[in-house]
Amino acid sequence: MATAAPQRTARTQAAGAPDTVDTAAYQHAFDAAVAADERIEPRDWMPDAYRATLVRQIAQHAHSEIIGMQPEANWITRAPSLRRKAILMAKVQDEAGHGLYLYSAAETLGTGRDELLDKLHSGRQKYSSIFNYPTLTWADVGAIGWLVDGAAITNQVPLCRCSYGPYARAMVRICKEESFHQRQGYELLLALSKGTPEQHAMAQDAVDRWWWPSLMMFGPPDDASQHSAQSMEWKIKRHSNDELRQRFVDICVPQAESLGLTLPDPDLRWNEERGHHDFGPIDWTEFWEVLKGNGPCNEQRITQRRRAHDEGAWVREAAAAHAAKHTGTTSGTADTTGETEAERA
Amino acid sequence: MTAALALGDDALVLSHRLGEWAGQAPVLEEEVALANIALDLLGQARFLLSMAGDEDELAYLREERAFRNLQLAEQPNGDFAHTIARQLYFSTYQQLLYAELAAGEGPFAPLAAKAVKEVTYHRDHAEQWTLRLGDGTETSHERMRRACEALWKFTGEMFQPVEGLDADWAGLDRRWQESVADVLGRATLPLPEGPRTGAWSAGAGRQGLHTEPFGRMLAEMQHLHRSHPGASW
Repeated sequence: MATAAPQRTARTQAAGAPDTVDTAAYQHAFDAAVAADERIEPRDWMPDAYRATLVRQIAQHAHSEIIGMQPEANWITRAPSLRRKAILMAKVQDEAGHGLYLYSAAETLGTGRDELLDKLHSGRQKYSSIFNYPTLTWADVGAIGWLVDGAAITNQVPLCRCSYGPYARAMVRICKEESFHQRQGYELLLALSKGTPEQHAMAQDAVDRWWWPSLMMFGPPDDASQHSAQSMEWKIKRHSNDELRQRFVDICVPQAESLGLTLPDPDLRWNEERGHHDFGPIDWTEFWEVLKGNGPCNEQRITQRRRAHDEGAWVREAAAAHAAKHTGTTSGTADTTGETEAERA
Repeated sequence: MTAALALGDDALVLSHRLGEWAGQAPVLEEEVALANIALDLLGQARFLLSMAGDEDELAYLREERAFRNLQLAEQPNGDFAHTIARQLYFSTYQQLLYAELAAGEGPFAPLAAKAVKEVTYHRDHAEQWTLRLGDGTETSHERMRRACEALWKFTGEMFQPVEGLDADWAGLDRRWQESVADVLGRATLPLPEGPRTGAWSAGAGRQGLHTEPFGRMLAEMQHLHRSHPGASW
């Protein structure tokens, strides 16, 4: 935007400026850029708290893609047809790709993938609570596609307009693939719902187990959400948790009907006056317990992630050693600290 | 269609083994790469099995003794070095065979022409990792050496003539050995010695004689499909 060009220059020049410089002017330029719906870019000046919030959010998002591979990968070797197997493999591969985009976006803020993975493995950074639920039947793969990816899209589409450019651009690419996954999940459930009575029951059972955890993906209610107000002011977030959750419920109700499946909420009904569906209370005790690490699969998920990382250490070290011998530099995929992972552990 | 089953089963079974890596790879880039290779192979398997009949009936309702895949393809993943050694041996074979089939006029020429591009990528991936592991650290060198040796005895089976496949098997074997020797040499790894087939099992997988882990692999792969006879998914 031409009118904001001088501000952009000021913000860009301020990056890396000594601490003694009065930052009020840069803060002012940053605020003006956010107000004008401009994108903040990696070399622009930004408040420390904005940077920290983004690192936390993008890292958590990346971790969710990586941990989120596990509940679905659980069914790759048991997929009931070759077509479904191919779809599921492609989806899990996409998730690894999303993780890569997001770690790259986080790295533009001055952190590194190794550092972020360390924080995931040591429990200092979180991932979405939904992936702490188990996939008990094949229908869960469909329920994850329809409900979990559906909730993720509802959350993520507004992030395509997030004020931080690299994150917004990553979300554009990710949302395209997520929409595809969501339709595939829906179609999987539809095939089951219209299949044998056993298949229909399997689909209903999966929706019964995944519905409430999916609603929890939007985060705590607005009055208990600690980061919401600031994130909305910075235009990292565009809508409140409760607004997005309501939007999701309104989308899912007619979809459940056309699937021929019910949603496990006796209080769910259309409210003419509000123009929205009313729905029953969420079990926030369960939500906080899962978040604290006491969900059904928390320990299993993180243990598997750490094991894959630890057992892969010799491979990453080999890649780094090979690169060092042949190009004189360490490989981008490997530890660049010079210290082996075994030494650090 | 013995030949379609042989090639289709190779791709199906190896794709399944690579699918077991999902969520377990040493780096994220390898999650993407291994899944990518698995998907290519699954695509080939679906095409080939469909030439022989119904892909799902063939994949899910045959028992162990009716599968025609190479024993090499069914070998458990082991560590990353074993997976890479298996990929190097198999993808080199597949690339040479498909290049030859693509140049001919048989029923497999159209598939081979498309698949040879995928397989060239698979072989390059295996070659690059063989170099990194062989010529990396002492640990990785030792693991890669052991993996190449452990799988060596399954490599002879690849060059047993397959009924319905018109190929120069002896020539393929010679070029395969040259190619593998070249990669291992550059990776500072010794070319394994010793027999390239088991004492009693020459040509075994192609005749439905498999190794013990294969039955378990099929039990997992087929369980859900077999639990719902006649259902569609």
